Order: sequence, then structure tokens, then C-alpha cells
Amino acid sequence: MAAHRCGFLPPLFILCALSVLTVTWTQETIPLGSHRAAAADSKPTDTKSVAQTTEQLAVEQRQWEATEVEEATSAAAAVSKQDNSSPEDVVQTSTPKPKDEFQEELVVRPLHSGDIYASFQFRTLWQTDFTRERKVSHYGLFPKSLGQVISKFSVRELHISFTQGYWRTMQWGQPFLSSPPGAELWVWFQDTVTDVDGTWKELANVLSGIFCASLNFIDSTNTVQPTASFKPLGIGNVTDHRFLRYATLPREIVCTENLTPWKKLLPCGTKAGLAVLLKSEKLFHSSFYSQAVHIRPVCQDWQCKTASWELRQTLNVVFDLHNSGQGKREWSLFKMFSRTLTEACPLASTSKIYIDVTDNPEGEQFELSPATALLSQAVVLGDRRTFSVYDLTQQITFGTVRSLNVLMRWKSSEGDMLRPLLHAERYVAGYGLQTGEIHTLMYNNHPYRSFPVLLLDSVPWYLRMYIHTLTVTSKGKDNKPSYIHYQPSKDRVRPHLLEMLVQLPPNSVTEVTVEFERALLKWTEYTPDPNHGFYVGSSVISSLVPSLVALDTNSTWQRPLFSTFFPCKEESSYFVRVYTEPLLVNLPTPDFSMPYNVICLTCTVVAVGYGSLYNLLTRTFQIEEPSPGLAKRP
Amino acid sequence: MGLLSDPNRRRALINLLTRLNAPICGMPVDWLVKTMQARGLEVFTQSFSRTLPFPDENKERYMVKGTNVYGILRAPRAPRTEALVLSASCSPGDENNQAVGLLLGLAQYFRNQIYFAKDLIFLVNEHDLIGMQAWLEGYHHTNTTGMDWTPLHGRGGSIQAALSLELNSHVVTSLDLVLEGLNGQLPNLDLANLFYAFCQKLSVLCTIEGKLQRNDWDSVSGYSQAVQTMMLMVMKQASGRPWGDHGLFLRYHIEAATIKGINSFRQDKTDATTIGRLLEGMYRKLNNLLERLHQSYFFYLMPSLSNFVSIGYYMPAFGLLAVILLLRALDLWVQLVTPPPRNEERVNDIAQSCPGVLSILIPLVISHLTGVALYMLPVRFQEMAVEHFPVSETEAVVLTAIAVYTAGLALPHNTHRYSSEGTEQGWRVLKLVAVLYLAVLLGCTALINFSLGFILALTLVPVAAFVTPHVPKVLSAFALVFLSPACTLLFSVFFYQELQEMPVSFQDGWILYLSVISQGILDHYLYGSLVYPLIALLVYPCWLLFWNILFWK
Repeated sequence: MAAHRCGFLPPLFILCALSVLTVTWTQETIPLGSHRAAAADSKPTDTKSVAQTTEQLAVEQRQWEATEVEEATSAAAAVSKQDNSSPEDVVQTSTPKPKDEFQEELVVRPLHSGDIYASFQFRTLWQTDFTRERKVSHYGLFPKSLGQVISKFSVRELHISFTQGYWRTMQWGQPFLSSPPGAELWVWFQDTVTDVDGTWKELANVLSGIFCASLNFIDSTNTVQPTASFKPLGIGNVTDHRFLRYATLPREIVCTENLTPWKKLLPCGTKAGLAVLLKSEKLFHSSFYSQAVHIRPVCQDWQCKTASWELRQTLNVVFDLHNSGQGKREWSLFKMFSRTLTEACPLASTSKIYIDVTDNPEGEQFELSPATALLSQAVVLGDRRTFSVYDLTQQITFGTVRSLNVLMRWKSSEGDMLRPLLHAERYVAGYGLQTGEIHTLMYNNHPYRSFPVLLLDSVPWYLRMYIHTLTVTSKGKDNKPSYIHYQPSKDRVRPHLLEMLVQLPPNSVTEVTVEFERALLKWTEYTPDPNHGFYVGSSVISSLVPSLVALDTNSTWQRPLFSTFFPCKEESSYFVRVYTEPLLVNLPTPDFSMPYNVICLTCTVVAVGYGSLYNLLTRTFQIEEPSPGLAKRP
Repeated sequence: MGLLSDPNRRRALINLLTRLNAPICGMPVDWLVKTMQARGLEVFTQSFSRTLPFPDENKERYMVKGTNVYGILRAPRAPRTEALVLSASCSPGDENNQAVGLLLGLAQYFRNQIYFAKDLIFLVNEHDLIGMQAWLEGYHHTNTTGMDWTPLHGRGGSIQAALSLELNSHVVTSLDLVLEGLNGQLPNLDLANLFYAFCQKLSVLCTIEGKLQRNDWDSVSGYSQAVQTMMLMVMKQASGRPWGDHGLFLRYHIEAATIKGINSFRQDKTDATTIGRLLEGMYRKLNNLLERLHQSYFFYLMPSLSNFVSIGYYMPAFGLLAVILLLRALDLWVQLVTPPPRNEERVNDIAQSCPGVLSILIPLVISHLTGVALYMLPVRFQEMAVEHFPVSETEAVVLTAIAVYTAGLALPHNTHRYSSEGTEQGWRVLKLVAVLYLAVLLGCTALINFSLGFILALTLVPVAAFVTPHVPKVLSAFALVFLSPACTLLFSVFFYQELQEMPVSFQDGWILYLSVISQGILDHYLYGSLVYPLIALLVYPCWLLFWNILFWK
């Protein structure tokens, strides 16, 4: 166990406390307790020395530590890859390989609007094969309920998210992981599955039970098979979209009953670690709440000889300055979650809190207490960010009071946010209950680069889209999409699917409009609240957006000259998925009130009664002579 | 409800109100944007411009340019699908400044509340209805009236309900609810009920059509007041114009009403805090709605704020009037198909006098062409009129309209020259057509705008029923002119002033009449009101047919 822990210590920590590490390297076979003790022993001297250093030294140190460690979305993956390729691997192979592993982290980012964004990520890795072994019955950290789902339904990749609220890209920037309002589910099945639709339906029902959500409303009328927008995120090269299913339920209301089963999937539950903070009374007193589960196969090592399963649970929440913060720009863990941290999850190999301090390099914007010497840099969504790091596996993090309550107190509220390079909005135009027009606006705020985006629109059948009215315009000119995939709807069977690849010119707004006609439903097809309207799910815009870092030719970052001439590939663009708001559309609705019903019933009775009476009165009855049989005919 | 119970908040509001008391030249767009942003709203602006077809002398505007400012309070954890609107128009001078102050105060208060499930849009519109029209067209991306506006960049999904505020002073004695919208559309009755319920709860005096409710229903004076209130509503609805900023929302199926603060000489005053509490209550109720307001009536008349007359009661009255026309039509039909008493010499006559299609078609076409002229000429020829006569553009339009209208009366003598078959059967067929035409026309009008249909029916049905070529010409001609649409409008103006308890002399009444005509034409061009084209293109030609019958030879 100790060896396993040592082996997976992330490099930034290695760089920071070299002395501590040397101790642990040499003592890798000693039991866990003594390792902790050793760490605790050596750490105070370290921090003391840090405290004694001057500010200049701190700056210098910061530059020393400025190594790119991870990208938040695939943060842990990068860590594990680097770990595996690092020299310690040799040491590790001598001990039995760990079967499963758990990591947790919390990223806190202050937003320019004064709100605060907290993003939890929990990652469970398990080196097993659900498909090959007939029955996987011994579960460690990986939740059994999901493991059984994977093996029973031959799932290759599963992504499910529950979101309450809409991510305000223009105020908050890009989220680490975006999700549409309501519930979203997309699944890649193994190519061994023969009846994909049947399996999909069954899977949705099972997940509905697991997550206590109305996923059972997923059926053929809201399921689509995108051809280009949703590619597998894990390993594997099967991209035949016959094995992909995508569905959203924009009306799904997410609340505590969805959070509780989600928390139960964590190895420590809510007993220890970061999950202690997940209290529903605070999480649902926020501007935005989103929880997600992503399951995918990932490489075990850089050679990718063996695959392991990754379960990534994410939870994003934005607390409002005015509602949760009482208008004061002062945030602490306690104020956000009404809890403080006392320990890491004992089962976790890493447990960290990252605070985004990019806009606060010299501490002039806000002060952070307790101060931490650990800094980390990462390129997140095309932007180089600096984070202060609190490592919860170190006792020293909790200080003398044995509890950690990170506090940020603002000194000034200045600062401008960079406009997000890509954002989108959507609305229904027109009035009346017969026709309408869906407008999707995509903004490219990049000053001089154009980039292509993939737009996915899934519209229910009761909006009859007139695809011949589809227009794409940017800067007043017609913008011809280079790829269009359109699958027309079938009434009561399947929705419209429209996918297209559009090039967004620099600094422009691209408008996609389609006219539609509102269908008159059968009276049993109306919801119990027909006057509320009918939902149309969010459009999905997937794009590789040119990175801001790559543009930054006048970089002040002290990097080796040989690395700065050509913009390197991983930084030159980054993947973003943007969801538009869902639409609420009113359909022509009959009056379902009592008088209407009375009129309908009376008319029916009168019609039936009158009809039969009239029939009886006007018909002439005749006795028909039985015709002679065929045999007697001459 | 704790609105403004906090002294700090109250002070902030009072500061705001006193600040707005200072006269403002144009709309302080930058200040509004900054103030709204400071209150934590997402703020957007929309600029618009519109050149009126001819100068509006009532509001002294011709080339209108303005900016709407609106701030969206995003509801926590809401997916931007539903929104509520609170609007106040801001105009030069201190006409409506208290409303803007209250709107900003409410925005600040609402921002700190957690219970909102729908986005709230706080809209400050310039140039009252024109700004509102621009904003609504921008929001729904339609363009029905040819206005120029810049597209909106922030939306809150489908708007469920809207309220407009009109406050001129920081204290009011009563609040007046205005319901009548464009083309006589009314919001759902539940919106009125909601307002009434909260006025009762906060013991604020509330009125409709500016008339207080009386408790003595059974007394004559109480009854006559209720009738007056209802007649006022009928008159306002019949005019087809939006009587407040809310009026344009109704086209988009958004339930909306205007709340107007009235400051009279009464002793009991209500302060802005109470109005704020009232609005807070209304918005919380609207916020809790799961569906659009649809449970109550959309067609009603209100004799007082707590009583209403539903469509089931008033429609039979109109139905009885329409039946007269149908019976008359039946009578004419029977007369036409029944062969006259067999006389040898008359047989030839009948064979000859079987009226051709032409004899009916010509009057129909000519009267409709007159209607088209009445619709097109006034605005088209205003420049020419201004050049040749010493009148302003507005006067030119109105006087041209009256001239065309009067000229139409001279037509019947002309039509017969071409149709030599001016016989007994001929006028019967024409009258049959005209009567059926009128019945269909009034029926359709009454379904859309009951009051307009009813007033037209009251005046046109007697004429249609009695007119034949055989009645005394001079007397009948006088009656026919007396009951023509234009004279109806003139009497309506006087009647309305009488109901408002502001009687006018004939001179003032005539000036008012001219301005009403110009306003009606402007309403059509600016907001798409249908009354002017309805009168010009359909009702007036139909009336001309009867005029034609009277002078049948």
C-alpha cells in the first residue's frame, strides 16, 4: 500500500518537497503510518523555511514550480500517464500492481461576476475487464451497481449528466465540463451488441433506478444517433455511430434525490474526504448545479497494452454572490458548503484542492488563507492558469486546528474577464400558434481566427421543421455548411436530427434559422400541463477552439527559447462543447377545462344518438330473396 | 414579505427616487446600464428608430430614435426557458420617473431573493409604445411594422406575463388597472383578479377605468356607476388601441396589464413601499405559475374590478342584433324566389328584370374602390396636400380622409348609368348581398373585438334593416349619414368624454375627433392596429352599399 502511494505522488509535489520525497523513496517499504509520520516530521521545517523566505524568493520559487502538470478536464489522466512513464515505475513493478485506485480533487475558481465556481472530480480506476471475464464479482473501490451495468449491457462508454440551471458562458467563462440543463445520456455500446435499441431502452430504465431520475422517459422519440458530434473519449477505435445513442431530457428537475445515489457511488461515501462538503442544502442553494458520471476505458500505461476502466464522477456548482454570499465578496469552504475539511478520504491516493489564483499573481486581488506554498500550472481550456494547491493527504495542510477552511477575501473587485471565444444562444422567433422559427446564434469572439464548429440539433417531431428554409448566415452573407447530416422525423417515432459543420468567421455571429410548424397533437399526447409548453433540448456545439496561449507570442513566461518558436500542438487548440439553452414552445392546445369536456361529450352523445336514429328512420328495410346456389345455376 | 422593511434598503430607494426627480433630458442610458449592473443584473440595450408616416401632434414626434435598456435577473438554477417582464417607460421630463425608480428598487430587492424560478426582465423603454414595439419585435424576431431595431443579445425564454408601471408621484391615492390592449385584446381575467386580491390584502384603493368600486349594487347610483365603468371599457376596447405599454404584449400571447398610479386630492396616500410590496406579491404569484394563465376568461367586460360579465352573457345581445340581419336576408330571399301575382303584362317584365351579376358587381366594386381610396390616399397624398393647402401634414391626412369619405357619398348616382337594370329585383339582390355581408362582417368583428362589433352593430343594423329605395329620401339619407361609421366615431368621442366626466364643447370635441382619426391611422401604421383598415376597407364600403340602395332608381 505504501509503495502504491509513493508511486503515485504527483510530480508537482515531488518538485515542491524534494526532501520529503527522498525520505519516502528510501523508506518505500515501511508501513503507511510511519510514512505519514515521516512526512509530518519533515514538513514543518519545510514550511518554516518557506515562511522565512522573502517575497522575491517566493516569486522565484513560483517560477521554479511552474511546470505544466495537468489539464483540468483530463487532469488525473495526465498525472497517471506521467507517473507511469516516470523512473519510479521500475520500483513499482517489483511490488504487486494495484488493482484499483481512487483520486479526488476540488477546483475552486473565483468568477469575475463575484460568484464562485467549485468543481469536484472523483476518479476511480480499476484494472479489470468486464467483457472478457464472464463474471466480475469482487468489487473494491469501483461501485458494483455500475460495474454490473457495464457488463450486462456491454457498455463501452457511458456519460450521464444531471444539471439544474444554465451555464452562463458570458459571465462565467467556460466550465471544465459542460452539460445541458436537465438530464443528458450518451452511450457507446460494444460492437458485440446486436439489438442496440433494445439494450439502450433497458439501460435507460436501469440507470433511471440507479440515479432516481426519470430517464425511463428516454425512448425512440428523443433518442438520436449523432454521426459526428459525440466521439468516444476512451480508448478504442470503433466509431461506427450505430453503436452510439444520445438523448436529453430538458425537463428533468435535478434535486437531492439524484445527489444521494450519486454520492453512494464514492468509495468513502460522504464520511471522509472532499465528499464531506457535498451537503444538499448548500449545493441546491446555488445558481448552477451539475452532477455527472463518466465511464470509459483508459490506457493502463503509455504503451496501452492493457486497459482499465475509469469512473469519473464530477460535480460542478456555482454559488451566487448575492444569494449565497450576501453580496460580500468573501468566500470560504465553510461559507460555500457549511462544512470544513478534516481529512482526506483514506482510500484516496491523491486528494487535493486547487484554488485558481491566475488573476491574483501577487495577491493584490484577494488574500488566501491559510497560505500555501504549493503552486501548480495547467493549460485549461486554452488558457494558462495558476492554482494554489492544498494536499489533503498531508497532515500539515490542516494545521493546528485539524481542520481546513480555505478563505478568500477580496481587496478590490476590478478586473475584466476575457470574453469566451465561443458561445451560443438559441430562441424561438415569431408569434402565434401555427408556425415559428428556431434561431441559433453562434458567436466567434476570436479577433482573427476562424474555426469550424459542429452543430447538433435534435428537435422533437411535433415541431415539423421545414428543412428547405434552413439558412446559415454570418456577417450578412450566406455561409454554406461543409457537412450536413439531416434525418427527418417520423411522427411519434423519432425526432429530427440535424448535424452540420459550419466555419465561423473571426469576430462574427453566425445565425442558423429553421422554420417549423407546430403540430396538433392527439388529445392523449398532451402532458398534464399542456399550457406550460413543450421542451426542445439544447443544441450541442462541439468545436476545436484556437487557444489563447498559442496566440500569446509576446509571452512573458520564462520558458526555454527552443520551445516557444512554433506553437505546440496541444496548446494550439482545445476542445469545447457548448450547449444552448433549451426552448419552451407552446403548441396549439385545446381547452381541457370542464366546459370543453362537457361540449365534447354532449356533441358525441348527440352525434351518436342522432346518427343512429336518422339511420333507422331513413333506411328502407327489404327482405332479400335467398339467391339460388351455384350448383343450381345453369 | 419583507420588502423595504430594512431601513438601509428604504433609504437607497428614496435616494434613487429623489435623484430621478431631477428632470432628465432624454433617457439616461449609461446611468441606467450602470445602475442595473451594480444591482447584479445582466444588462443589454437595444436601439431603434422609426419615422412615422406623418407627424404625431399629440406626442410631438416624427422621427423617433431611442434606446431600450433592459436587465435580466437570472433565476438561480433555471434553464432560461421562462421569463416575466416588468416594464416602465422613460421619457424626457419627469413624466414617469417614479416608475423607473421603483423598478430599480425592486430589481435590487429581487436580486437577493432565492425563490425565483423564472427569469425576471426589467425593461426601461423609451418613447413608450414605439420602444415597446421595437423591444417586443426584437425579442421575437418579427417585423410587422417596418421598424428599424438592433437585435437583442440577451433573452430569457418564453415570456409568461408582463406588467407595466406608470407612476408620476412618489405617493398615490389609488392604483388603476388598464387591461385593454391592441385590437381590443384583453389579458386573462386571472391577472386582474391577482391585482385585485393584492390590493385588498394591502388595503390599497384600486380602480378600473378610473372608477372606484361601490358597494351599493342595488341602488340606482351604484348601478349607473357600474354601467358607466362597463361602457368606458366598451369604448376603450372598441378603439382597438393599446391603452398602456402592456397592450403590445398581448399579440405575443403574453398576459399583460398596466398599473397606473393616480394621485388625486384624497387624504389617504399610499407610498412607493406599498406599491413595491404589491408588485412583489404579484411577481411571486406569477413566478409560482406552472402554466401560462389560461384557467380564466379571455373575453369579458368589467363593471367593476371584482365583477365581470363573461362572453356567455354579452354575446347573446350581439347575437340578437345579428339575427335581425339574418331575418331580413331571409325575407328578401323569400321575396326574390316567390313569383309575383300572375299578370299577363308583368310576365315580360320579370323576364327582363332578372338582375344580372353586373348590376350587383358594379356597386360592390365601386364602393370597395372607395374604401381602398380611403385607406391609401390620406397617407400617400399628404405631401401633395401640404403643398397646395395651408395645413400641416397631420391635418392634411385627417382632412383627406374626411374628404374621401364624403366624396364616397356622391357615388350612387354614378353607378346606375352603367347598370341600366335598376329595377325592383335589382335592389333586392343588392340588399340581400349587403345584409349578408354586414352580418358576416359584424360577426367576425365581434369575435375578435366584441365592443367594436357591438357598437357597429348598434348603429348599422337599424339602417340595414329599414333602408329601401321607397322610404322618404331626405329623412332616410339624414338617418343613414347620422348612423354612418364616421358619425358613430364622432358621437363616441363625445360619449367617452361624458363617461370620463370631462364633457367638452363642440369645438373641442371636433378637434378631439380629428386627433382621434389621426391617432387611429397612426396606431395602424405603428403597431398594426386593425380598426382603421377594417373601417376603411370593409365597414365603409358595406355602408356605401346601403347608401346605394337608398338612391336606387
